[in-house]
Amino acid sequence: MGDILRNYDILGAFWVTIQLSVLSAVGALVIGTVIAVLRVSPVGILRTIGSLYVNLIRNTPLTLLMAFSILGMTFILGLQLDEQATRNAYWWAVIMLAVYHAAFVCEALRSGVNTIPAGQAEAARSIGLTFAQSMREVLLPQAFRGSIAPLGSVLIALIKNTTVAAVILGTAESAGLLAEITENEGASLPTFFIFALGFVILTLPIGIATTNLSRRLSVKR
Amino acid sequence: MSAETVLFDAPGPKARLRHRILTGVGALLVLLALWVVYRKMDSANQLQGFMWEPFVTDKAVWTAYLLPGLWETAKAAAASVVLAGAFGIIFGMGRLSPFRSVRWVSSVVVEFFRSVPVLLMMVFFFFGYFATASWLPNQYAPFAAVVLALTLYNGSVIAELVRSGVHSLPKGQSEAGMSIGLTDFQTLRIVQLPQALRAMLPALVGQLVVVLKDTALGTVVLYPELLTSAKTLGSAYANTVPAYLVAAFLFIVINYLLTRLASYVEGFMQRKKRSAGTPMAAASAAGPA
Repeated sequence: MGDILRNYDILGAFWVTIQLSVLSAVGALVIGTVIAVLRVSPVGILRTIGSLYVNLIRNTPLTLLMAFSILGMTFILGLQLDEQATRNAYWWAVIMLAVYHAAFVCEALRSGVNTIPAGQAEAARSIGLTFAQSMREVLLPQAFRGSIAPLGSVLIALIKNTTVAAVILGTAESAGLLAEITENEGASLPTFFIFALGFVILTLPIGIATTNLSRRLSVKR
Repeated sequence: MSAETVLFDAPGPKARLRHRILTGVGALLVLLALWVVYRKMDSANQLQGFMWEPFVTDKAVWTAYLLPGLWETAKAAAASVVLAGAFGIIFGMGRLSPFRSVRWVSSVVVEFFRSVPVLLMMVFFFFGYFATASWLPNQYAPFAAVVLALTLYNGSVIAELVRSGVHSLPKGQSEAGMSIGLTDFQTLRIVQLPQALRAMLPALVGQLVVVLKDTALGTVVLYPELLTSAKTLGSAYANTVPAYLVAAFLFIVINYLLTRLASYVEGFMQRKKRSAGTPMAAASAAGPA
């Protein structure tokens, strides 16, 4: 056990997990918000673009996106993001994680919008608020509160899904490192529990925080 | 409540003009995106006939690569779903048990397997146990690792569905069970669980999409599922990009149909009213991979 900790860079692998999570979470939030705006827009073709994105991405395995990013995008289509192969794989992992989870961010935001009863918008309009005002003062605050809990589950899933980047990052990523350790040293339950514990530590606070927050901020109806 | 009706009024003449302009902009963006993809594919010589023709002309592409891959994917998904269902019902009932120790153990098991990434479990089971196990013929090792990992994760998700399904039933159901002299366990098994399972059905079908996508993780432990077979197909025919795109297309079509099935089942259950609980919508939250 001590040897394993000394010979393998487990903390380094988790640092990669954290980096991938933060970078791709920001990316997913940005792309997901844009797609969500498209999906609730009053223009038919924009809505179609939004739902096409969600349905295509949501039904594709992340593993396929990851594998394709290197084997297809870099090697064949020549889309190289960095001279160095490992950095290139790293940035592709961030992009694919962001693109994949953006579809779920979009759905989380939309479910927040869908929790608002029509009466709220009607009430806002009937007291004379303009479109922008009713958005800012009445609708968006409620939509945001309604989407905290689903956004939290998307973030947790994203953190766990960073392991899929092992497909292209290999041992730099925690799942790849665990595979190598297990292959070299044989099955070691304590090592597995260290990796598992790492993910529990990363995801548990997010689950608790978002549940509490969504409960505290929930709109009383 | 549909989004458009909350957010927007019926458009007047100015808004209609604006919508027409945005329609034009949207169409332009789509065309631009398609053009960029076309140029990229063309300049990398990915649109040549010999790369795409085999999918239509060469039977071996399907019989030797894609269909066997699809079959392995379906096999792993089916086995995992059945086992996960059993796991979920057992531990879901465990979490509803009147005994604190049973509740506690089931909660720890469920919460643990829900928070550990599937891929970690898969590589650990494969490299740690199945690949080196003397009792398991070598060719079954990847299958065993994929199914076990998917069972533990999705079983825990289903256990949570069982628990929330039973909790969502009106209190009168369990009271009725108790008042005709059933024990706690009998009430759960005979009265609550059947209704909870019916209410869960749409969410269960939705979970099938997650399982199906997750079988693609099997490529890491060399399980010959659809993604792996697309990769070998790509190297055999020198058409990696088309092979991946076709595999993605197959995944998307199957999962889209399953999603549609889930919402159909949801509507069906709502009409049938065979359960005191309301049907649970298929979760749209991100399942791993």
